[in-house]
Amino acid sequence: MPNKGLLLRILEHDTGGKIFLSLLAVAAVLVSVLNLTVPEASALHVSTYTVTLLGKYLCYALLAVALDLVWGYCGILSLGHAAFFALGGYCMGMYLMRQIGERGVYGNPELPDFMVFLNWTELPWYWFGFDQFWFAMLMVVLVPGVLALVFGWFAFRSRVTGVYLSIITQALTFALMLAFFRNEMGFGGNNGLTDFKEILGFNLQSDATRVGLFLMSALTLAVAYFVARYVVNSKLGRVVVAVRDAEDRARFIGYKVESFKLWIFVFSAMLAGIAGALYVPQVGIINPSEFSPLNSIELVVWVAVGGRGTLYGALLGALLVNFAKTYFTGALPEVWLFALGALFVVVTLFLPHGLVGLLKRRRKKAALKEAPT
Amino acid sequence: MNPLKLFGNGRRRERSRDSAGAQRHTVTSGEVDVSHGPILYLENVTVSFDGFKALNELTLYIDDGELRCIIGPNGAGKTTMMDVITGKTRPDSGTAFFGQTMDLTRMSEYEIASAGIGRKFQKPTVFPRHTVFENLELAMRADKRVWPSLWARLDGEQRDRIAEVLETVMLSDQQTLRAAELSHGQKQWLEIGMLLMQDPRVLLVDEPIAGMTHQETEHTAELLISLAGSRSVVVVEHDMAFVRSIARKVTVLHEGHVLAEGNMDEVQNHPSVIEVYLGS
Repeated sequence: MPNKGLLLRILEHDTGGKIFLSLLAVAAVLVSVLNLTVPEASALHVSTYTVTLLGKYLCYALLAVALDLVWGYCGILSLGHAAFFALGGYCMGMYLMRQIGERGVYGNPELPDFMVFLNWTELPWYWFGFDQFWFAMLMVVLVPGVLALVFGWFAFRSRVTGVYLSIITQALTFALMLAFFRNEMGFGGNNGLTDFKEILGFNLQSDATRVGLFLMSALTLAVAYFVARYVVNSKLGRVVVAVRDAEDRARFIGYKVESFKLWIFVFSAMLAGIAGALYVPQVGIINPSEFSPLNSIELVVWVAVGGRGTLYGALLGALLVNFAKTYFTGALPEVWLFALGALFVVVTLFLPHGLVGLLKRRRKKAALKEAPT
Repeated sequence: MNPLKLFGNGRRRERSRDSAGAQRHTVTSGEVDVSHGPILYLENVTVSFDGFKALNELTLYIDDGELRCIIGPNGAGKTTMMDVITGKTRPDSGTAFFGQTMDLTRMSEYEIASAGIGRKFQKPTVFPRHTVFENLELAMRADKRVWPSLWARLDGEQRDRIAEVLETVMLSDQQTLRAAELSHGQKQWLEIGMLLMQDPRVLLVDEPIAGMTHQETEHTAELLISLAGSRSVVVVEHDMAFVRSIARKVTVLHEGHVLAEGNMDEVQNHPSVIEVYLGS
């Protein structure tokens, strides 16, 4: 493989990334094989439910990497990043809706069920093109990207920073949630988009499609990780960190700080959109609750728990917190929110660099002990 | 506290940019025109903060290649003057030109920096999480737009340039350390090194020797003197012994305008300077 050299070079000093990507590759293959080839009766069989659940976690991990780019590296605490995720999800959802065709409850070949229900007679203009997969995929990155571009352009140009920026991003996602709740918007109101049948002609209920989506999520996560790592290793990445640590200094040595913030913000929004697009066909629904401010805050908790500014820390945090969430909401549903809150408090107070920071500190201590004084 | 006040800074900038109006592109990029001698022209510059005039009709010229020291009591407007020159603060009235053609009041901070005005802050400001080497790399004169930065690679010549500056500021042995781990004096030097990497025509240096040992101070004095000639150096400093050791021409600021100007002895014997510094 001619690219192998390049890939290894990108990961050169990234031990955490190497470990994670190797584990990811092994897990992806293992889970797929155990689901598709081992009979259901066997103890080794991995259920399709689990496959989809893991696929969902991988989408969350991708979203966490996206947030880490703006928060961990650029110091922009976005409390509305789930909005970009949801927008990507809606674009995918619109494609999947158009794929239903005549198989809807009302059997209308052109209009999705909810539009028939609202007595609409023709497709709104913004639904055009979404029957084409390539067009929908383009929108998955363009819609979040353009929103981030417009929002970021105004915010960064007026030099809104810190907690004020966080509040505005929170308002952004809240406003979008309210808008998408409205039936007149043409996105299915509070029911959202659901009842999907197939993607690119593959039945969404079949095991093979589920495994395919899971593998796509793993692959996308890996590619996104490489790209994100390339970005933070580049000079652009160093400028972004410089902006985080000493914004004025960066300005006075000749960097147009606003442009760098905008670039990383838009890039991150696009990644979040892709994560949303992979998420929707796996969970089978997208509705306005994905815009809920709480989602964006949970996302911040994942990254904080894992450790920000490392990329793999965000990955780790997203996976761990979501495993915990699945476990607790099943075993002790009423405890989960308290546990999440407590987790955030503990991490903020005792682990400012997250779990990754803890591991690093351990290693440093061990190294000090070994070294002769 | 009114939270909107925190947005105020941005707004004020916008307004002054708008008032520059239709002909804001009188700015010409490229070479600095110093055909008339001075490289910096500040004329009748007034800046007030909530009624307090930090600069009051300040008029000051800096010649191309000169080493100028600016002294004055606290609140005399020294730092505000640097803010005006670097685009951080917009004057309420008056003009600030870089060479004959570049109107500093209509350029943004990064444009001014790219045009060739470098600044060292009063409190040493470096990028703490980057290594010393990376700090210099980031400051280096190069294409500083976003996309070129994504693909940028250091070539041999650039590495040599960084090594050279590391040598000059005596940080060669510390180049892989994070800037946060440097001593105060070393941070000051790193920041001076970052200025050198920018290869500016004008260096504005705010209190360069704060926190330095005697030897470090001497080295800084030598460095600043060696820089003058090929570029203009403007030094703001409180330490009179240091000023005496490097100064050719000294400007005394007081309450936002120039009180006296001349060589060190002239200035020190100037009656109004004596009055301001010693009281009457």
